[in-house]
Amino acid sequence: MRDIAICAYQQTDIVSDAGAQNEVELIMPVLGRTFAQAGINNAQDVDFVCSGSCDYLQGAAFAFVLGVDALGAVPPIKESHVEMDAAWALYEAILKIRMGHANSALVYGFGKSSPGELPIVLSQQLDPYYLAPLWVDSISLAALQARLMLEQGLITERDMAEVVSRSRRNARNNPHAQLKGDISPEDVLAEETYVSPLRKSDCCPVSDGACAMIIATVDQAQAWGLPYAVISGIDHCIETHNLGMRDLTDSVSTRMAANHAGMNAGKVDVAELYAPFSHQELILTRALGLDAETQVNPSGGVLAGNLMMASGLSRIGEVFNRIVNGEAQRGIAHATSGPCLQHNLVAVLEKGENA
Amino acid sequence: MSQPEILNQAFELGFTYTRSTGPVVGRFLTELKNRRIVGIKASDSRVVVPPMEYDPDTAEELSEFVEVGEQGEIVSFAWVKEPREAHPMDVPFAWAMIKLDGADVPMIHCVAAASEGDVKTGARVRAVWADETIGFITDIRCFELV
Repeated sequence: MRDIAICAYQQTDIVSDAGAQNEVELIMPVLGRTFAQAGINNAQDVDFVCSGSCDYLQGAAFAFVLGVDALGAVPPIKESHVEMDAAWALYEAILKIRMGHANSALVYGFGKSSPGELPIVLSQQLDPYYLAPLWVDSISLAALQARLMLEQGLITERDMAEVVSRSRRNARNNPHAQLKGDISPEDVLAEETYVSPLRKSDCCPVSDGACAMIIATVDQAQAWGLPYAVISGIDHCIETHNLGMRDLTDSVSTRMAANHAGMNAGKVDVAELYAPFSHQELILTRALGLDAETQVNPSGGVLAGNLMMASGLSRIGEVFNRIVNGEAQRGIAHATSGPCLQHNLVAVLEKGENA
Repeated sequence: MSQPEILNQAFELGFTYTRSTGPVVGRFLTELKNRRIVGIKASDSRVVVPPMEYDPDTAEELSEFVEVGEQGEIVSFAWVKEPREAHPMDVPFAWAMIKLDGADVPMIHCVAAASEGDVKTGARVRAVWADETIGFITDIRCFELV
């Protein structure tokens, strides 16, 4: 099997409202910087392109096609799209390369969530007969999950507040983060509840932005002469859409994906976890069995800014950055989709020879 | 110069087709219209409400319906201080996972309550039916504390 490497990663600042900028205007500067980092000219210089976005955020069918305007798709390119986080676009691109149909790929994700009411938009991803007609929002579902954890004594509100405090502090070193600062767990606990038992700080903010990545076979990455990180494993697993039949206090699918991706074959220096709610970071850390040896969410994670359809790919990009900067030898990145961590992807990244 | 008349036409975005809900979801919705709640037996005999067409663990097709009670117990809840416009209630309420009597798996619906302090895990609730039932999940308008 051909080893695949990440060669470039760029993202926008994560902002609460990109104003009049449309999706193409969010994507184009990021693509320009990504091409520059990889030392290539444009999308013509890679063999395959795959994007992740959600038409529901734009409120129009086939809205993702507009994103292709950012690529300059003439002369024709090989292009695909997932109606998912771009972490799954990366998965598709990896399959394409593994099958020998491409040696390099551009992957990008974008989301402008500010114009709509995101928690309500997300209610429409639920069971179309039993839940979507009730408009159960994503924050309320996470609150049901958090209460199960709290009342079973698995976590305390203070544990959750500590996750928030660490996220905001770590985010001070992340130039792209939306929420950052020096707030203590006590400051978080002093906040009133929002959708009880959650406080507003327990929930990721609504954000706009985009990110992009270039991957290639290790042979191609070496030919380009770029520092790279090898994707030594990647897998994703999904649980039932029936929330009542899941153990919401655990993340079985994350653990399965991590095992399949080979996470436990070595030390994990860094983990970037897609936890949109503070208690979910605790669920994920435990499901993966991470201990003090692993630095969790040094970027601040998505509590510091959550780009719908791009934050999963961003987690992978953050681990890539740390490996090529020499801060880590090996790390894992996690992406999630669906309510209460229903669908989870885990990628294992390792230092490449040029890194 | 006089202002030109602005032409306008009312427009409602909608899907102008009907969907068949099939033998499982359709049965559940038809029973709701008759103010009854049914679940279905999963491969391991757990009673799942609302019924699922396939067992999530074994992928076996499910078909054994079981009538369950219209009362049950709160398994978890979220208190909504400020209901959103789309929400089914316009005053503060709770979303809850509710295990109905005779069911093994909780369902999610809303619970009417005067204040957050009135809602507890383990509290008993009862379905409140809509004035007119039409075979839709909102035939259960909400649950209320017993």
